[in-house]
Amino acid sequence: MPAYLRPTELGEALEALAAGGHTIVAGGTDFYPARVGRTIDEDVLDVTAIDGLRRIEDRGDHFYIGAGATWTDLIRADLPDWFRALKQAAREVGGVQIQNAGTVVGNICNASPAADGMPGLVALDATVVLGSVSGERVIAITDFVQGNRKTARKPDEMVLGLRIPACGTDASSAFLKLGARKYLVISIVMVSAVLEKAADGTVDRLRIAVGSCSEVARRLPALEAALAGKPVDASLAGLITADHLAPLSPIGDVRGSADYRIDAALTLVRRTVTELTE
Amino acid sequence: MSISFSLNGKPAATDAAPARRLAHVLRDDLGFTGTKIGCDAGDCGACTVLLDGEQVCACLVPVAQVSGRDVMTVEGLAASDGRLSDLQQAFHEYGAAQCGVCTPGMLMAASDLFKHNETPTDDQILDALGGVLCRCTGYNKILDAVKHVVRPNGVSFVNPDAGGAMGARTLKTDGIQKVDGSELFGADVAPADALWARAIRSPHHSATFTLGSFDELHAKWPGLVRVLTAADVPGNNGYGIYPDVKDQPAFADGQIRFKGEAVVALVGDYETVYGIRDEDVPVQYTPREPLFGFAGLADDAHRIHDTHPGNILAHGYVKKGDAAGAMAGADVVVEDSFATGFVEHGYIEPEAGWAQRVGDRLEITVSTQAPYMDRDEMAQLIGIPNESVRIIPTACGGGFGGKLDLGVHPMIGIAAWILNRPVRCAWTRIESMAASTKRHPSRITARYGCTKDGDLVAFDMSGDFNTGAYVSWGLTVKDRVPVHATGPYFVPHVEAKTRAIFANETPAGAFRGFGIPQAAIAHDTLMDMMAEEIGMDILEFRLRNAIRKGQETATGQLLEYSAGLDQCLEALRDPWQKARAAAEKFNAESDGVKRRGVGLGCMWYGCGNTSLSNPSTMHVGIAADGAVTLYSGAQDIGQGTNTTMMQVAADGLGIRMDKMHLVWGDTDRTADAGKSSASRQAYVSGRAAMEAGQDLRSQILRLANVGDGAAIEFGPGKLTVTDGDAVREIDLSELAADKLHGNVLVGEATFDPPATPLDEMGQGNPYGTYGFGAQVAEVEVDVDLGTVKVLHVWAAHDVGAAINPTQVEGQVHGGVAQGLGLALMEEYLPGRTENLHDYLIPTFGDVPPIDVYLIEDPEPTGPYGAKGIGEPALIPTPPAIFGAIHHATGVRMKQAPATPDRVRAAILAAGGDKS
Repeated sequence: MPAYLRPTELGEALEALAAGGHTIVAGGTDFYPARVGRTIDEDVLDVTAIDGLRRIEDRGDHFYIGAGATWTDLIRADLPDWFRALKQAAREVGGVQIQNAGTVVGNICNASPAADGMPGLVALDATVVLGSVSGERVIAITDFVQGNRKTARKPDEMVLGLRIPACGTDASSAFLKLGARKYLVISIVMVSAVLEKAADGTVDRLRIAVGSCSEVARRLPALEAALAGKPVDASLAGLITADHLAPLSPIGDVRGSADYRIDAALTLVRRTVTELTE
Repeated sequence: MSISFSLNGKPAATDAAPARRLAHVLRDDLGFTGTKIGCDAGDCGACTVLLDGEQVCACLVPVAQVSGRDVMTVEGLAASDGRLSDLQQAFHEYGAAQCGVCTPGMLMAASDLFKHNETPTDDQILDALGGVLCRCTGYNKILDAVKHVVRPNGVSFVNPDAGGAMGARTLKTDGIQKVDGSELFGADVAPADALWARAIRSPHHSATFTLGSFDELHAKWPGLVRVLTAADVPGNNGYGIYPDVKDQPAFADGQIRFKGEAVVALVGDYETVYGIRDEDVPVQYTPREPLFGFAGLADDAHRIHDTHPGNILAHGYVKKGDAAGAMAGADVVVEDSFATGFVEHGYIEPEAGWAQRVGDRLEITVSTQAPYMDRDEMAQLIGIPNESVRIIPTACGGGFGGKLDLGVHPMIGIAAWILNRPVRCAWTRIESMAASTKRHPSRITARYGCTKDGDLVAFDMSGDFNTGAYVSWGLTVKDRVPVHATGPYFVPHVEAKTRAIFANETPAGAFRGFGIPQAAIAHDTLMDMMAEEIGMDILEFRLRNAIRKGQETATGQLLEYSAGLDQCLEALRDPWQKARAAAEKFNAESDGVKRRGVGLGCMWYGCGNTSLSNPSTMHVGIAADGAVTLYSGAQDIGQGTNTTMMQVAADGLGIRMDKMHLVWGDTDRTADAGKSSASRQAYVSGRAAMEAGQDLRSQILRLANVGDGAAIEFGPGKLTVTDGDAVREIDLSELAADKLHGNVLVGEATFDPPATPLDEMGQGNPYGTYGFGAQVAEVEVDVDLGTVKVLHVWAAHDVGAAINPTQVEGQVHGGVAQGLGLALMEEYLPGRTENLHDYLIPTFGDVPPIDVYLIEDPEPTGPYGAKGIGEPALIPTPPAIFGAIHHATGVRMKQAPATPDRVRAAILAAGGDKS
C-alpha cells in the first residue's frame, strides 16, 4: 500500500519531502479530479494537519496566507478592503464545497492558466514562501508559477504560505471573471486590479493582472504606466486601448477563441478599472 | 491504521486506505449509499456532505482528513424515528426531487446554508446551492422548497380521496426515499462479494487493433479474474435498439469506430481493476484518419461500416403537395442554414448496475429507462431466450434518452454469465460521457414561404444528422425530423429530406426530442424572419398559422382532437406583449451595453413511436388479504411515472391511491410497458394503467352483480360494493389466489396508440396524438462580452390533461433548463469535454424563474385526456432564446450553442464594434 503521511509538525513534512517521492495534498480539489477511475497508488503527504499552517494574519508590512488556508478561510478573514478582489475570486472558485476544502496555495501550486487566485495575487505582488529541510526561500509569485502546470517548487520543497505586501489603507481592488455560466465555471478571462490613489486624487499606483489569457496570469505594465498620475474618474477606463494587452497570448480552446479572449479582456480590463473609479 | 470519526452523530471507524475518497468509504465500505457519486471530481456536488458542519464534496476528501471530525450525510437529516426534517419535507412537498440523485447533495448544501443563515435571501440560497448540479428540475422547485423552509408558503400538495387522483398535486409515490437517502440507484445495490468490471476504452477515434497476451497482467495482478474480449461474447457480439439492427459490438472486434469504444473489460476485485493502468493492458492500435462531422460524405472517405457506402445510414422523406411550385408563388420566401453540435444528456447518475447468473437465467439489476428492450438485447448477446433474462431496474438517476441504449449491461451480463459470479460496474463520469450516446449534431437548410397577408404556403428543408459511429436511434431521428420539420403550423405544401450520416464519433442516439429541437431552431427562426418581412407581430403570425383541429399535418394526418397551440399562444399573449414592451423600454433607457430582448418558440411533438406499434400492458391485482397492487413496467426516470401511473390506475379502479401498492419495472413481475421515451408513458402506459384499473373494477362489479355506478369499499380481506340500496360483500379469501402474482382478481389492459405506416412520400398517421407548446424567453445580452443571461421564461404547454400539475411543471422546468443549455452552453466535443467542468450544463444560477401555463385540450385516446410532456418542454426554448437574442441585438444566431464568443463574433460581424 502506498504511504500516506499526515504529520502535525512541519519538520516531519519537510523531512518526508527530502526523502522524496511524495505528492502533496491539502484540499484535494485538484488532486482527486486528476485521478478519476483509478486507485491512488502514489505516496501522499497530507499537509492539512500541520500545526499553524492554516493561519491568515497581518504581519505589519505584509499579510500572510498559510498553505493550509482555504478559500472560505480567506472569505471569512478580517482583512483590509483591498482584499476585496481576492475575496471575490474566492467566492467564484467552484462551489462552496470547493471553497471549503480547496486552499489558496493549492490553487497556485496547481498552476492552471485559469487559476482563479492568480490574477489577484499577481496584482498584489504576492511572494511565495517555500520551505525545505535546508531552509526557506521567498520568490515572486510570477517567478513561482512558470507555465501551464509548471512551478519553481523543487521536489523537496513545499509552499508554506504567501506574503501579500501591505497596500495603503485606502487602497481598493476589483475582480471580474468571465465564464459561460453562473456557478462552477472555469474562466474565459479574469481581471484583477488594485488601485492606490495619490493625495491629489490621481492614480498613484494601479496594478492590473489578467488571467486565462496566457500560460500564467500577466500584469499589463504599459497600461499601468499609462494610467499612473491620471485622475481617478470616469475618464480613466477610456485611456485603455487594445495595445495595452500586448503581454497577453491567449489560446483558443473549448471555452473561447483566442480572438474572443483578447476582445473580452479589453472589455473586462476597462470594466475593472471603471469599478475602481466609481 | 483505523480512522475514527463521528458519522451522523454516531461513532464510526474505517480501515480504508487513508487516501481513499470519503465518498467511496461512506458508500462502499460503510454502506451509507445516500451520498451519491456523479463525477468524482467536485464538478457536480452530488456527494456533498457536511464536514464539521461545512459542505464539502465527499469525493475530494481523503478519508484520513475526517479523523476525529463530524461527518453528516443525508441519512443523518431525518429524526431517529424517521420523521423528515423540515427541509426534507419541503423538498418532498414541492416536488424538488425528480430522479433524486442530486437531492442528497442539494439537501446537504441547504443544511450548510441554514447552519450559517436562518433567513437567507434568494441570492444567498443560490450561492449556497450553486455547487450542486441538477439535470431534472430546472432548480425552480428546489428554490421554492428551500424558501418554504425560510418562510412557510402554504400547502402545495393534496392527498386525494378515491376517484380524485387524476389532476391532483399528489406527493410522489416514491418521494420519501428520494429525500431521506434510502433511494437505491444503479451503483447502490450490488452485493458485497460482487466482482468489479471496468472497460478499457479506445484512446483513438478510428483504428484497428490487435490484442496481446494477458498472461503478464494476470501474473502481476492476482486479483484479476478475467479479461473479457469480443471472443468471449456468448451470443451475437452486436447490439442496437432496433430488432433488426445490431451493429454496436459489446467489445470491439478489431475495429475502433469512436474514441471511448470498449475494447476489453477487466473483471476482478476493485483494487485490481481500478489499479491496472490502461497503458498496461496489451492492446496494439493502428490509428487511421478519423472522419468527424460530415466528413464521411466525401468521395474518398473510408467506410465506417462496410454495409453503408458513402457512410449514409439512411434517408428520411416527407412530401405533401408541390413545395417548389408553391414556393415560387409565395410573396415572401426566407431561407437560412442552421447548425447544432453533440449534446450530452448529463444525467447526474452515471450508468451502473450489477448482474448475476441464476441457473440458466441472467439477472441484471441496472439503472435504465427501457427494461424490456434491455432484456431482449441482452438475451441475444448471451444467446439465450428473452425470457431467460430478467431486468430489475433500480431507481434511475436521470435518463433523457441516454439510458435507452445498453450501458453497463453487456459487460456485467457477459461477465456474470461466463464466470457465474456477481459482477458490478459503475461508469466514471468520464467514460459515461465518452461512451454513452449524444444528441445528433445537425446541419439544416430550410426555406419558408408565405403570403404578404401572413399565410404559410410552402416549406422545404434538407437536414443532415451526424449519427456517430453506430446506428443507435439514427433511424428514428431521420424519420421524426421530416414529419415535424414545418413546426406546429398548417402548411399546404411541404418537402423535407433528411440523412443520417456515420462519423468516427460518439454514437448519437435518443435525447429528449429525437432531432426535433434541432429542427425547431430552423423552423421557428424562419417564422421570426417571415413575420419581420411582412411586418406582423411574431406571436400573431404564429397564432394565425398554428395548426388546428380539422387541419392536416405534413404527413396528411387529420388532427381531430387535442391541438392546443392556439390556446398556448393566447395564454402567452399578455406576458409576450408586456415583456417585449419592457425590453424595448429598457433598451431605450440603457447605455447600450446591456440589451434585453424577448423571443418566442413553438413546438409540436408526436407522442409514441413513429408509425410503429408500441403497446403498453398494465395489471392491477387484488390479493386475498385485500391488498391492491399496480404492476407497472413503465420505468420512472425521475419524471414521476410511478406516481402518475398510480393516479390513473387508482381512479380507474376507484380506490384511494395511497391504499394501492406499486410493483414497478422488474421484467419478471411487470408486463412490457415499452420504454420511457418518445413522451409516451403518460399517454400510452397511462391509458393502459387507467384501463387496467377499470378492468378490475368491472370484474368486481360483475362479481357483485351490480351496475356500473356502484361504489366499492376496499377493506382487509373483503370488498363492500354498494349500488343504491343493494350492499354486497365479497370475501376475497374465498376466491382462488390463482391469478397473476398470486392475486385473486387481476385487471389487465393493453394500449397501443393508433398509428399507421408512412408511405414512400412520408404520408400517413405516424402518431396517435401530438403535444403542443409555446414559450417566451426574455434575455439580457452583454453586447461587449457576448454573454446571454436568460431572465425569465413563460411556458405554455398543451398536455391534454395534467395528471399531476406539480410533476408537469417539473417536466417543463427541466425541459426549459435543458433547452437553455442546448441554446447557450452545451457542446460535447469527443475527447475534449468528457467531464462536467469542460462540458457545461446550466447551474442553479443560470435557470431563470419559469411561469408554466397548463393548457388542457383533452386527448380522447389518452388517460382522462392526458398526453406527453417530457420532450415537448425542451423543444421551444432554444428558438425562443435565439429570437430573444435577435430582439436584443439584431443578431441572428444560427449555430447552437450560442456561446459568448459566437454571440460576440456575430455582433462584431454585424458592425457592433466598440470604439
